[in-house]
Amino acid sequence: MTIRQSGSQPVRIEQDVVLARQLARKIASECGMRLVDLTKLVTAVSELARNTVVYGGGGDMDWAVIEETGRVGLRLVFRDEGPGIADTRLALTDGWTSGSGLGLGLTGARRLVDEFELDTAPGQGTRVTITRWT
Amino acid sequence: MERIPILQMGEFLLVTIQVDMHDQLALRLQDDLTERIDQTSARGVLIDISALDMVDSFIGRMIASISGLSRIMDAQTVLVGMQPAVAITLVELGLTLPGVNTALNVDRGMNLLRQRVGRS
Repeated sequence: MTIRQSGSQPVRIEQDVVLARQLARKIASECGMRLVDLTKLVTAVSELARNTVVYGGGGDMDWAVIEETGRVGLRLVFRDEGPGIADTRLALTDGWTSGSGLGLGLTGARRLVDEFELDTAPGQGTRVTITRWT
Repeated sequence: MERIPILQMGEFLLVTIQVDMHDQLALRLQDDLTERIDQTSARGVLIDISALDMVDSFIGRMIASISGLSRIMDAQTVLVGMQPAVAITLVELGLTLPGVNTALNVDRGMNLLRQRVGRS
């Protein structure tokens, strides 16, 4: 896997969620991603960035344009130093929420991307990595 | 304060969302619309989202609750103009907006509103 380009963007306040999805849209479109795939990716970014702000108390979004066996993709990492998630199985259940949301954020985002990885523990913060190939 | 404009046309209210909404803006729209339905005794609300290139679970929930709130206040809501890529994504996300009336464009949406209001 080679990294073509990478960067990081703060996701601290609600307005940063809008900026995060705008940045993801720009990079994905520069990669030549199809509109439907791009829309799915941007929607996943919106869900995860909101989680970072609301549940993680703010964090960062790292992005990288990657190349692997001839294909190009966008990999994004949402990381925070928040309380973390105790029961990841429960957190990845449709309709379950610890807050007042619909409980579609994590599970929905997982369905919208090609690769999804959740790395978290109580008191250790949360790290969600997603990849969508073009 | 940033706001999404709500236009009145006879007994209907029209909203065209043309900005990339942050969550507070979406919530403000919900409050503003409820207030305007009350003030104007509107019978219908048409929400045009043709300029939105993304609808996530938060915006989806806002749309569903506007629809539910307006029904309780004796007004019908029709959502129009959803882009195909947005529709595909919403379904995959798990949000099918049950109970929300939809139409392909503003024209058909207005027809649907007139029908619905005429019937009730």
